[in-house]
Amino acid sequence: KTKNANILGFCWTSSTEIVFITDQGIEFYQVLPEKRTLKLLKNQSINVNWYMYCPESSVILLSTTVLGNVLQPFYFKSGTMSKLSKFEIELPVAPKSSKLSLSERDIAMATIYGHLYVLYLRHHSRTSNSTGAEVVLYHLPREGSCKKTHILKLNRTGKFALNVVDNLVVVHHQDTETSVIFDIKLKGEFDGTATIQQFVLPPRSIQPYQIPVAGPASVTSQSPVPCKLYSSSWIVFQPDIIISASEGYLWSLQVKLEPVVTLLLDKGKLMDFLLQRKECKMVILSVCSQMLSTTERGSLSVIATVFDKLNNEYKKYLEAEQSYTMVVEAGLSRSNPLLKRPVRTQAVIDQSDMYTHVLSVFTEKKEAPHKFTIAVLMEYIRSLNQFQIAVQHYLYELVIKTLVQHNLFYMLHQFLQYHVLSDSKPLACLLLSLESIYPPAHQLSLDMLKRLSTANDEIVEVLLSKHQVLAALRFIRGIGGHDSISARKFLDAAKQAEDDMLFYTIFRFFEQRNQRLRGNPSFTPGEHCEEHVTFFKQVFGEQALMKPTTF
Amino acid sequence: AAAAAGGAGQEKQLAPTLLSFFIYNPKLGPKEGEEEKKILFYHPNEVEKNEKIRNVGLCEAIVQFTRTFSPTKPAKSLHTQKNRQFFHEPEENFWMVMVVRNPIIEKHKDGKPVYEYQEEELLDKVYSSVLQQCYSMYKLFNGTFLKAMEDGGVKVLKERLEKFFHRYLQTLHLQSCDLLDVFCGISFFPLDKMTYLKIQSFINRMEESLNIVKYTAFLYNDQLIWSGLEQDDMRILYKYLTTSLFPRHMEPELAGRDSPIRAEMPGNLQHYGRFLTGPLNLNDPEAKCRFPKIFVNTDDTYEELHLIVYKAMSAAVCFMIDASIPPTLEFCRKLDSIVGPQLTVLASDICEQYNINKRISGAEKEPQFKFIYFNHMNLAEKSTIHMRKTPSVSLASVHPDLMKILGDINSDFSRVDEDEEIIVKAMSDYWVVGKKSDQRELYVILNQKNANLIEVNEEVKKLCATQFNNIFFLD
Repeated sequence: KTKNANILGFCWTSSTEIVFITDQGIEFYQVLPEKRTLKLLKNQSINVNWYMYCPESSVILLSTTVLGNVLQPFYFKSGTMSKLSKFEIELPVAPKSSKLSLSERDIAMATIYGHLYVLYLRHHSRTSNSTGAEVVLYHLPREGSCKKTHILKLNRTGKFALNVVDNLVVVHHQDTETSVIFDIKLKGEFDGTATIQQFVLPPRSIQPYQIPVAGPASVTSQSPVPCKLYSSSWIVFQPDIIISASEGYLWSLQVKLEPVVTLLLDKGKLMDFLLQRKECKMVILSVCSQMLSTTERGSLSVIATVFDKLNNEYKKYLEAEQSYTMVVEAGLSRSNPLLKRPVRTQAVIDQSDMYTHVLSVFTEKKEAPHKFTIAVLMEYIRSLNQFQIAVQHYLYELVIKTLVQHNLFYMLHQFLQYHVLSDSKPLACLLLSLESIYPPAHQLSLDMLKRLSTANDEIVEVLLSKHQVLAALRFIRGIGGHDSISARKFLDAAKQAEDDMLFYTIFRFFEQRNQRLRGNPSFTPGEHCEEHVTFFKQVFGEQALMKPTTF
Repeated sequence: AAAAAGGAGQEKQLAPTLLSFFIYNPKLGPKEGEEEKKILFYHPNEVEKNEKIRNVGLCEAIVQFTRTFSPTKPAKSLHTQKNRQFFHEPEENFWMVMVVRNPIIEKHKDGKPVYEYQEEELLDKVYSSVLQQCYSMYKLFNGTFLKAMEDGGVKVLKERLEKFFHRYLQTLHLQSCDLLDVFCGISFFPLDKMTYLKIQSFINRMEESLNIVKYTAFLYNDQLIWSGLEQDDMRILYKYLTTSLFPRHMEPELAGRDSPIRAEMPGNLQHYGRFLTGPLNLNDPEAKCRFPKIFVNTDDTYEELHLIVYKAMSAAVCFMIDASIPPTLEFCRKLDSIVGPQLTVLASDICEQYNINKRISGAEKEPQFKFIYFNHMNLAEKSTIHMRKTPSVSLASVHPDLMKILGDINSDFSRVDEDEEIIVKAMSDYWVVGKKSDQRELYVILNQKNANLIEVNEEVKKLCATQFNNIFFLD
């Protein structure tokens, strides 16, 4: 459109929209395929040195001014072009001449943790006292001004290239043929304007790839050729593409997490790092298993830190999930279209994951002293409690099993006394089963059933099985359920107790109940108590039966 | 406190006192003329030799005689007008005998004092328990009698008995023994789950860092929170800590900032931790790291341990380490530097949490009910009748007669296995209720004018509903 302008390039911002960038401005067109024409939607005059397009975020960055260090971003969305606030990149040295000082090669755009950043590779300059090159990150928000947020220290000089993989900034260094990784979520040093970060891991080379030699089937036995890494012919594209021009391959860079485990010795930092990665679950679980193993056992405080970090992430997810269900249940989901079901990332490691992959395996191996085993289980339960996550009963069962195996009943008793092992029916039943080896378990179990207040039937059953028929009857009467209980069940138990007086008392109780409820002391056929009536007559005589009262 | 004034200053009541205490083994001097060899310990030592022999012989005869009627359960006590004797055979053929003088009422008739012995005042169960505790306490610090015999024969055993009981008998305070001595229970500190788990985590980490620690116990406010020891060992250790060790160490942090006690504390501004046993001043290179030795699990593994008691504010931790590893000053310093700061923080956490819980439950009010609760299963004991234990005695806040009724009810309970409830109307409007449900016992004292049986029953139900609603306690 503009006269005498050189087209620097074009990019498709959607299937029906195209943007042309010329040295004098930017032109935004709509494509009308049926008419085979373009319709100008918007244009803007501006001097452009070079441009850069990030399809992920539909942002075009233009380098303007003589030095080229003032960057003007444009954002495209469904037929509109909006100009974002421009910003200036600080150059390492004040340029003497007015020639282009900011090269396209030193700038990259990428989305990290959901935010768009402009990455600037600032080379080492002799005049400044910095120890090496660094990558400066500018946060580019949709609204508001662009701000310098992070400085990634490279501590070396030479030729660099950048990639962004899995929210990590990977900087390749050609001279040493190694790459370093930065994670901006990890703690850094704040200097007042930006966070200064060191690389997470020691520099390592990208894993060499063996290229199978293509050729006729007869010669495939030839050994594969390793790919030349860090070659000077590499060209990188954001976010994770590397093209080795000389060999004609296009690579996609990936992060392997397993080696990180051995490189990052600080387990707390390792967890911070792993929890932010996409494919982290199995690696995290293996780290947990490893720190419990005999050979590489971590100290309890380290284990506690790791559990806390995992449960922090777990709790965040649970909370998001909960508030989502609350909104849905309240029927507010329609009025709020932005509401999305929380995504469960791999970093959410729940109790069943820990149980299946780490804790049950660890306790079954029995290679650790039982003291350590119990300490680890209690530490996990403590951590869950600290984050107010309800503990699943299978974890308690694991604790009980371990304690019972080592005859540590008194410990178990104390845990239950302080309700560390929360009440539940399965747990109460487990305790009942322990009664034969540890008699106090009976009392603990009954207490638990009582507290549950939904287990009254179970309490009656337990008492009856102990022939404590009167106690059972008094209990059920205390809670007001004595009108609906089965007379037969109680009479059976009373008979089994082989105590005539007890049988008499129970029998009389039910006669009185019959009288009260039906106006007649005799049992109905539906109660199936004929056998007991016969027994009663046998022992106490027919005349002992209660007479129906006549009014 | 012992001499409670009776009617009109005319009468004076003399409390029960210890007349004698001796230990013997009939197998040590079976032949005639060698009777003295049987006697391992005799208090008071000043008693003439022949009288000692006579008294021992009498006990031996009584036990032998009653054995013919009940081979497995020979006599446990002998009632006489002036005194009562209690027998206890803690180890085979080793007998302990305690003779207690009955309480006396001193009356004045025609200007002359007349003594009236009260034969039925003392409760067998209470004093039998006291005697059994004498043995348990001896065993905690010295191991079994048999072990002493193996270590160095009668000579060593006699030395150990003399050394221990000489001091211990002076602390018996027979005049204030009551139902709580029968239970010899443990008072547990009420705590929420999270704080309890924090304490667990603390203990586990300490045991990891101080890897020679075999067992740990944790107390707060003289109440137990955690015991790594088995129940029976903890029971007697708890008694030692709460009635002897803790009362001896007045808390310097409770004393004023400028008080002389505080000034004596080893200059440590980082934390409030200090050793209750062991070195007083860690900065003194000559400081002695001597800790009391205790013996636990004497029935099977027979372990000998050093007892390290370390305290910060109201929180006390007992670390028990194997006696074969003598703790060095270096170890004590390490312990102090690791445990001190963490325990200080933990202690204030517990205190804070405790106050929050108290506010929520509204338990700040004085309990309206006077009761004693005991659970045989975990030895948990709770009493609103007794004041805080003092170094010398634990005092009941109700009339001794009422305490005696409690003891009587307890004796009744121990005779049968079944759950039961006993309600007694005592003098001056008091009602005493005893309830037994499974392994739990509850004793309530109510003072309501003109209350009838039904009202008393209702009151007790109310108490159970408020204080014991989280346990299975039959009505």
